[in-house]
Amino acid sequence: MELTPANSNKPAPTGQLPANIMHFARVLRETGLPVGPGAVLDALDAVQGGGMSSKKDFYWILHSIFVKRHEHTMLFDHAFEVFWRKPKMIEQMMQLLFQQVRVETKPDKKKAGQKRLAEAMFDHEEQQSARERPRDEIELEGEYTASAREVLRSKDFEQMSAEEERQAREAIRRMRMNRLEVKMRRFQPASRGKIDLRATLRSSMRSGGDMTALKFKARQTREPPLVVLLDISGSMANYSRVFLHFLHALTNDRSRVQVFTFGTRLTNITRELRRRDVDEAMELVGSHVNDWSGGTRIGHILREFNVKWSRRVLAQGAHVLIMTDGLDRDDTQVLEAEMARLHRSAKRVVWLNPLLRYAGFEARAAGIRAMMPYVDEFRPCHNLNTLADLAEVLSGSRELAHDPRRWLDQAADRLAMEAST
Amino acid sequence: MTTHMPGSIDETVELLSGANYIADRPLATVAYLALKMGRPLFLEGEAGVGKTEIAKVLAETLGRDLIRLQCYEGLDLSAAVYEWNYSAQMIEIRMAEAEGVDDRDRLQSDIFSDRFLIKRPLLRALEPHAGGAPVLLIDELDRTDEAFEAFLLEVLSDYQITIPEIGTIKAAEPPIVIITSNRTREVHDALKRRCLYHWVGYPSAELELDIIKRKKPEVGDQLAKEIVGFIQALRGEDLFKSPGVAETLDWVSALNELNALALDPKIVNDTLGVLLKYQDDIARMEGSEAKRLVDQIQSEIRNRV
Repeated sequence: MELTPANSNKPAPTGQLPANIMHFARVLRETGLPVGPGAVLDALDAVQGGGMSSKKDFYWILHSIFVKRHEHTMLFDHAFEVFWRKPKMIEQMMQLLFQQVRVETKPDKKKAGQKRLAEAMFDHEEQQSARERPRDEIELEGEYTASAREVLRSKDFEQMSAEEERQAREAIRRMRMNRLEVKMRRFQPASRGKIDLRATLRSSMRSGGDMTALKFKARQTREPPLVVLLDISGSMANYSRVFLHFLHALTNDRSRVQVFTFGTRLTNITRELRRRDVDEAMELVGSHVNDWSGGTRIGHILREFNVKWSRRVLAQGAHVLIMTDGLDRDDTQVLEAEMARLHRSAKRVVWLNPLLRYAGFEARAAGIRAMMPYVDEFRPCHNLNTLADLAEVLSGSRELAHDPRRWLDQAADRLAMEAST
Repeated sequence: MTTHMPGSIDETVELLSGANYIADRPLATVAYLALKMGRPLFLEGEAGVGKTEIAKVLAETLGRDLIRLQCYEGLDLSAAVYEWNYSAQMIEIRMAEAEGVDDRDRLQSDIFSDRFLIKRPLLRALEPHAGGAPVLLIDELDRTDEAFEAFLLEVLSDYQITIPEIGTIKAAEPPIVIITSNRTREVHDALKRRCLYHWVGYPSAELELDIIKRKKPEVGDQLAKEIVGFIQALRGEDLFKSPGVAETLDWVSALNELNALALDPKIVNDTLGVLLKYQDDIARMEGSEAKRLVDQIQSEIRNRV
């Protein structure tokens, strides 16, 4: 029940104004502002409340009713301009607002990715790639041959055929994540814990004031917010598609997940991923994100994230997952400073790197070296098994094997060994 | 003493400026509407732009009581609405036993009476107050969790609270509700829908100069202009956290204490910590950068004159 009964005891509005406001509300709705019928009545109320002395006032009166988010101000501004000043332009405007750039992802982009990857990993490409490559393949084939499903689980996403990828997506959909739960400061009834005086007293009233049974309460638990930054640049193309499916499963499985994609720009795709239907969600993401398979500017992206988003999404002990190969040609100074800031504002930063599958992977690329010191955990993620292991990351267990410092030490040892032989 | 509600936007501007709160017209418009329509006012914006202040000023100028609920993680009903005074209740039960009272209903109504009720801000806001409905300030709503937001939704739509042991308490006159948020997370749309929303931005140079002159009349004209110029320029820089109005006023006091009559790079460097609260930002602005800005502003002011 509203406290101010809209228009109930006032004279009915006259003239064109009510109709115009209603049409204006419809325009706003079309542009994506959540404007309900209640807001239209409120707007009429507010406008008739008087006190309006100029067009500017009219603007701000409508603004205060219709705009409920800071980022909607711009949309409102455009719509107001067009509707109340140049009504004919509306259709043109709508088209402008709805201009969607659809960029289809090309499934076969292996070459570009692999080439960059090889460059980054092997400084002396010719000699080393010959040495390292065969080893990878043996590893991939050697481990599981028991059943087709086992093979699929350990197969690198990059090497999958279309059919295998489809099966992998299916498997991801069925995946269930362990949940990390942190204690909240809120209590709930429990069989043991702290004594709940209020409940105790209330229950004792039933027996007429004799203290009977003590009631207890314990802290509630809930999962901390999770923020995912997914690299969708060319070198990650084969992974990002599968990861998106994974993130869709994740977003629909738990609350408080924020997902961003980045290549040359940062896009928040949380709303798109919330769709239950995976195909619908993917289509929406596809049309919303404009920088598929391009380059990466991790440093600048992180800067944008830190300035624009970190205060909004990293509150209350958020965990950050960064899914990227760390191949970045930008200025590493920016990258390092921004990683440091991200690390300071997040509870935990986990880096998932598909390149880590290569035993010989070393942090030669400057970007990787810059990021590494600010990561709490460094993990591979290139097949279904490693994605399933992610559940473990999300449940908060820390394994020494994924400690970036240990990994860096090992890499240094390996380098030293190579140098001595 | 109760002042009448402002009858127009202009009157609202005057009312606020009477208490040295300089509001731009958009903010005055939304405040006027909130008062007129009896809707909660939801203010969002960076820290230190005067969101909390407006509640205090409204309470002061309208002659109402100000009830403040500071939100924090884990805020629950016992801290926000009411709690029973358990120890007193227990003593009461013991006494009843000693007196040999065995009427259960009477005991229950004795135990759960007003006497043992500890009222918290939300409940107090619904009670009748001498000078008219109070101003209820729900500060930094983004710090609490969604569960509390959902509860608030109920309070704000009907202005009533149900206490199981007593019954429903409904406000005769709804309080003037002001909610602030620093946007460390998004507040749910359902709550915002019930409120009038306004994003409080940084003030324009003109407005900021006015604010300084009102709040710190002891500051010289020249210095005030330079300060505003410097801060406006600072907000244009690529900083992690730009200084708000609160920082401006702090800085004015600091410079005043140091007996500065005009800005010079040295004094700016020494007092930069008043304006910028992140080490990276300070490192960025220190030294030559501060000098460049000061020079630029001073030449701009000279040119204008």
